[in-house]
Amino acid sequence: MKAAVIVFPGSNCDRDMAVALRSAGADVQMVWHKDADLPDGLDLIAVPGGFSFGDYLRCGAIAAQSPICKAVINHVERGGYALGVRNGFQVLTETGLLPGALMRNAGLKFVCKSQALTVVTSDSGFTEGYNAGAVINLPIAHHDGNYTADADTLAMLADKDRIAFTYEGNPNGSANDIAGVLSENRRVLGMMPHPERSVDIHHGGTDGQALFRAVVGQLTSA
Amino acid sequence: MKAKVHVMLKQGVLDPQGEAVKHALGSLGFEGVNGVRQGKVIELDLADGTDEATITDMCEKLLANTVIESYRVEML
Repeated sequence: MKAAVIVFPGSNCDRDMAVALRSAGADVQMVWHKDADLPDGLDLIAVPGGFSFGDYLRCGAIAAQSPICKAVINHVERGGYALGVRNGFQVLTETGLLPGALMRNAGLKFVCKSQALTVVTSDSGFTEGYNAGAVINLPIAHHDGNYTADADTLAMLADKDRIAFTYEGNPNGSANDIAGVLSENRRVLGMMPHPERSVDIHHGGTDGQALFRAVVGQLTSA
Repeated sequence: MKAKVHVMLKQGVLDPQGEAVKHALGSLGFEGVNGVRQGKVIELDLADGTDEATITDMCEKLLANTVIESYRVEML
């Protein structure tokens, strides 16, 4: 199973993402943002956290226009899997691959802590390793994680079971406590919490492991 | 030629920064500040003859995120 991690200037969770994917069994390549093409036979693209392009204009806005993002969009349009974490989630919303937008946290502060989340749906390649309704703990570390979408979009996300995770005790003002959302075909997941920072006992928790094992397992057997 | 693009959060989208500025003005003793909305102004220095439709395209594709922001183009 082949995965790629996209690296932008300012990415800082790219290596953690690669470690998490490798430990779940993936063959991982790092891809620089100026590359116009992705490696052949790719199953999963991970867009990591960080501060791509210094968060200039809006978080993720410049990264979303980079050459590699056109290739990411093509990969997703062909039915490929993609995972965006934190800044990666912001990039995926800026490309239009996921609905909504991530605004400045309602409390205006950068929040950095372990956060309890509810797994809302187990019906996706990313979340099938959890029980729906389970509460897990993942680190959060962001300044712009306040998920916003119009009322129709929020209703549609709930109706189509596309909310992957919600916060227990909303840390950033996100609409409906939303921490992560799925694409219509359920193969793209964007989330603010960091599963890749919770895959080793020395991280202080391993609740992120199930996500990587599920998606790598799913794409290995496919 | 030059153009200015004004980008603001849409009405109805809570503006946490604007709210913080409003509270700070209140704590400085300025009374009667009923609301503050914070946006950004982008100045474009453009080749002569650039039409407004092109600038609108720039706004739609990059300068504003129309999920949460509205924009207004001012030709100078």
